[in-house]
Amino acid sequence: MTGQSRPNRLLRNLSAKIASIPMVLTALCVFVGGTIWTVVYSFTDSRLLPRLRFVGLDQYERLWRTPRWLISIENLAIFGTLSLIFSLAIGFLLAALLDQKIRFENTFRTIFLYPFALSFIVTGLVWQWLLNPDFGVQGLVRSWGWESFTFDPLYNQDIVIYGILIAALWQGTGLVMCIMLAGLRGIDEDIWKAARVDGIPMWKTYLFIVIPMMRPVFITALVLIASGIVRVYDLVVAQTGGGPGISSEVPAKYVYNMMFEAQNLGQGFAASTMMLLSVLIVLIPWAYLEFGGRKRHG
Amino acid sequence: MADVTAISPAELAGPSGRRPRRAISRRNVFIYGTLLLVSVYYLLPLYLMIVTSLKGLPEIRMGNVFAPPVEITFEPWVKAWAQACTGLNCDGLSRGFWNSVRITVPSVILSILIASINGYALANWRFRGANVFFTILIFGAFIPYQVMLYPIVIMLRELGLYGGLWGLVIVHTIFGMPILTLLFRNYFTSLPEELFKAARVDGAGFWAIYLKIMLPMSLPIFVVAIIIQVTGIWNDFLFGIVYTRPEYYPMTVQLNNIVNSVQGVKEYNVNMAATLLTGLVPLIVYFVSGKLFVRGIAAGAVKG
Amino acid sequence: MPSVVIRDVSLNFGVVEVLKSLNLEVGKGEFLVLLGPSGCGKSTLLNCIAGLLDVSAGQIFINGRNVTWDEPKDRGIGMVFQSYALYPQMTVEGNLSFGLKNAGVPKDEIAKRVARAAEILQIEPLLKRKPSALSGGQRQRVAIGRALVRDVDVFLFDEPLSNLDAKLRSELRVEIKRLHQKLGNTMIYVTHDQIEAMTLADRIAVMRGGIIQQLDTPQAIYSRPKNRFVAGFIGSPSMNFIEGQLAQHDGTWVFEAADLRVPLATYPFQETNLSPRAATLGVRPEHVGLNTGEGWPFEVETSVEVVEPMGSDTLVWTKVAGHDFSVRMATERAPSAGQRATVGFDPLRASLFDAETGERL
Repeated sequence: MTGQSRPNRLLRNLSAKIASIPMVLTALCVFVGGTIWTVVYSFTDSRLLPRLRFVGLDQYERLWRTPRWLISIENLAIFGTLSLIFSLAIGFLLAALLDQKIRFENTFRTIFLYPFALSFIVTGLVWQWLLNPDFGVQGLVRSWGWESFTFDPLYNQDIVIYGILIAALWQGTGLVMCIMLAGLRGIDEDIWKAARVDGIPMWKTYLFIVIPMMRPVFITALVLIASGIVRVYDLVVAQTGGGPGISSEVPAKYVYNMMFEAQNLGQGFAASTMMLLSVLIVLIPWAYLEFGGRKRHG
Repeated sequence: MADVTAISPAELAGPSGRRPRRAISRRNVFIYGTLLLVSVYYLLPLYLMIVTSLKGLPEIRMGNVFAPPVEITFEPWVKAWAQACTGLNCDGLSRGFWNSVRITVPSVILSILIASINGYALANWRFRGANVFFTILIFGAFIPYQVMLYPIVIMLRELGLYGGLWGLVIVHTIFGMPILTLLFRNYFTSLPEELFKAARVDGAGFWAIYLKIMLPMSLPIFVVAIIIQVTGIWNDFLFGIVYTRPEYYPMTVQLNNIVNSVQGVKEYNVNMAATLLTGLVPLIVYFVSGKLFVRGIAAGAVKG
Repeated sequence: MPSVVIRDVSLNFGVVEVLKSLNLEVGKGEFLVLLGPSGCGKSTLLNCIAGLLDVSAGQIFINGRNVTWDEPKDRGIGMVFQSYALYPQMTVEGNLSFGLKNAGVPKDEIAKRVARAAEILQIEPLLKRKPSALSGGQRQRVAIGRALVRDVDVFLFDEPLSNLDAKLRSELRVEIKRLHQKLGNTMIYVTHDQIEAMTLADRIAVMRGGIIQQLDTPQAIYSRPKNRFVAGFIGSPSMNFIEGQLAQHDGTWVFEAADLRVPLATYPFQETNLSPRAATLGVRPEHVGLNTGEGWPFEVETSVEVVEPMGSDTLVWTKVAGHDFSVRMATERAPSAGQRATVGFDPLRASLFDAETGERL
C-alpha cells in the first residue's frame, strides 16, 4: 500500500461518525438492546431482581389470568377506540370550522390548543376536580334545580373510563386539530373553486373530495394518537389512581406497579412485551403503507 | 364599450354590487355557535382552576365552586408553594419546582445539542449505515417506554447515576432524541446543499461547518426544539417517578403526591393552586411562543 | 346580444382596490384574452365573472341575464384552472360526471355528455384512469372536459397552460384554438404570456393596476399600442424607447433627443391638438433596418455593441441617443460586435407617447 491509496473506509467522515456515537448507542443499546432484554426476561421468573431462570410462557399465562390485566386491556380497548374516533372527528370538525375564513381564528386556535401544553398530571387533577360529584359539574347542575342529575364518572366503576376519555380529549384534540388544519390549508384553493363551479355542496366537497385527499394527514394523526393511547399512564394515575377499585387500570400502569411496587419483574416484563406487540400491530401496517406508498411514487 | 343597449333597463335595475349577506346567517350561527360552545369546554377547567385557587376553603365547602370568589385570597398559592406536604416533608412545591428546573435546563441543552449534531450528520454527511440507525431511532419513538424502563434502570445503576438528577437528564436526552433528530435532519436537508458544498470546497470540516454555517442559519428550528423539550420534559411524570429518589422528584410527581395524598383534609384550593403552579411554566411557554409552538407540533407530525 | 357584459365592476379588499370600475363587453363566440403582469387584476376579474369572488360594486351579465348575485353553478359558465384542480381520488370519468350527478342530470344524459367531451378532447382511453396516472397535458385536457360537459356558453380559462413545459404549451395552445373554432363558445382566457394572447385572441384586454389599458385586436395592440405600458409589455424582444422632446422645426413636427432629430412627417398622429412637450419614441426591433441602404426617413450611424443570434433571426444591440437600441434582423446579414453600422426606421411604424401621461400621441 502506498500513501496515495484510498484511505481506510472506516476513517472516512470520521468526525461525523464520532458525532453520531450517542445516536448509535441510543439506537442499539437502549432501543434494540433494551427491547430484546425485556422480551428475553419476560420468559423468566424474575421477581425483586432480574434473573435468567426461564419458565417458558408462565408469566404470560399468569398475565392473561389476572383480572387486573384483563380490565386494563378492556379499558385500553374502549378508551383507545373512542379516543381515536372522537379525536379524529372533533379535530377535523374544529379544523374545518376554523378553515371557514372566520374572524378570531387565532384566538380560537389558541383556546383549543393550550391544554396540549399541559401535562397529563395537571389534566388529570383538574378534571378530577371538575368531575367531583359534590362540587363539580354534577353539583353545578343540581344547584340549578335538576336534583336528580347524575354525572359522576370518577366514582362509578362502569363509566370511569369515559371520565378519563373526556379529560384525554380535552388535552389532545387541539393537536389533532392543528394537524388537520395544516392538512386543509395544504389543499389547492382551485379544488374548492372547481367544486363551487360544479355546484357541489360544501359537505359533499368535504366528504368526497377533501377528506379523501387528506388521507396521509389522517394516517399521521392516527399513528400519533394511537402511539399516545398505548402509553396512557400519567392521566390515570392523577385522575383516578386506577380506581374506583381497579376499574380504570391501564396496561402501562400495570407494568409500573408490577416492576416497581409489587416486586414482580417477570410480570412487568411480560405485560410490557404485550404492549410492544400491540404497538407493532399498528406500526407495521403503517410502515408498510408508508414504504409501499413511497415506492409507488418513486 | 359604453354601448350596453343590449341590456334592458329593467335588468339594469337588478342586483348590483356586493351580494347581500346577513351578518347573522344560519351558517355563521352554526360556525360561531359551535366554536363558542367548544371553547367553553376547553376554557372551563382553566377557569375553575383559577377561581378555586383564589378562594378560601370555607367558601368552597359552601358550594357553587364555579362562581367567582367572593373574597380573593392568595393564601392557597403561598401554601402550595411553601407549605404543602408530601409524606413527612412540608416544604411545599417549591422543592419540586427547583428540581424540575435543575432537570429541565441541562436536559434541554444536552438533548438539543446531541440531536442537532445527529441531524446535521444525517443530513449532510450520510455515511454508510447512518440511515439504519436513524430508522431504528424513529421506530424507537413508537416503542412503549415501559419496554425500556427496566433495562435503563440497570444501565443507570451500573453507571452509578440511578436515583439522581443526572440519570434523569440522560434519560430525557435519550427519549428526546428520535423526534429532535428527525426535526433537525429535516431542517438541515431543507437548507440548500450548495451552501454545504461551497463550505467544503473552502476547506471547512465537520465541526467548522456545523458551528459557522449551520448553527447561525438554524435559530428558528432551535427555538422550536427548545419549546418541544421544555414543555415535554417539564410535563414528564413517568421518568421522574422511576429514575429519581423522592428528594429529587420533579414538580409533576410532587404535585401528584400532594393532591392525591390520602392523609389529612382535602384542601381543594391549595390543590388547584399547586396544579396551576405546575402548569404555569408550559403555559407561559405556549402563550409566549405562539406560532412557533404550532410549528413544533407540525414538525412532530411530519413524516420523513 | 353580447355574451358577457361587465358594468362598472369594482372590487376592494379592505382599502386595496383590485378592480377599478371596469367595463367590458364580450361578444358571442368571441375569444377574449385578459393579459397583464401578475397582480394586474386579470385573474380577479375572471373570478368575479365566475362568481368565485363577490364584486364590491357594479353588475355582471351573462347571456343578457344579471348574474351579479348568482352562485357560480347558476351562471352558465365552465372554468379551467391553472393547477387543473382535478379531484385526485376520482377517475377521469368521475371527474367529468361528478358535477352533473350533483345537478341531478339523468344518467344516460351524463353518459352522452361525457362521451362527447371525451371524443372532442381525445381522452377516451383515459376515462378509467386517475389523474395521478396522467401527464400534465392530459390532465389539462380532462380539466377542459370538465368545463365542456357542463354544456355552457361561456368558458373561463385561468392561466390553463402555465404549469406545462414550453413544447406542450404550444401544442395545447393550438388545440384550444381548434376547440374554440369547433365549438364556437365564448371564451375568456387569462394569461401573462403574450404569445398565447396574440395567437389565441380575437381581442385582447391588456390590464394593469385593475384597469383595462387597451382593448383591441392583437394586431392593433401590437402596432398601435395605446400607451407606453402596453407598448413595453407587448412584443418580444421589447420595444426600443428613446426619451426626448416633441418639437416643431420648419413647420413640421420632429422628435428630438440628444443630437438626433427624427422627422415625423409620416407619423400617423392620433392627437389633433399638438403642442411641444417631453415625449418618448418607441420603435420595435423588427421595424428597424440595419445597413439596408434603403434610405429610411430617419437614419443614424452607430456602433454594434452586442450580437445575440437567436436561430431564426439575430438581435443586434446598438446605442441610439444614449439609449440601448436593438435591431432584429436576418442572421446572415448580421454584423459583428464592434463594427460601425447605420440603423434606420420609418416613423410610420413607430409609436410616440406623451412622457408625462404615457398616452399615445
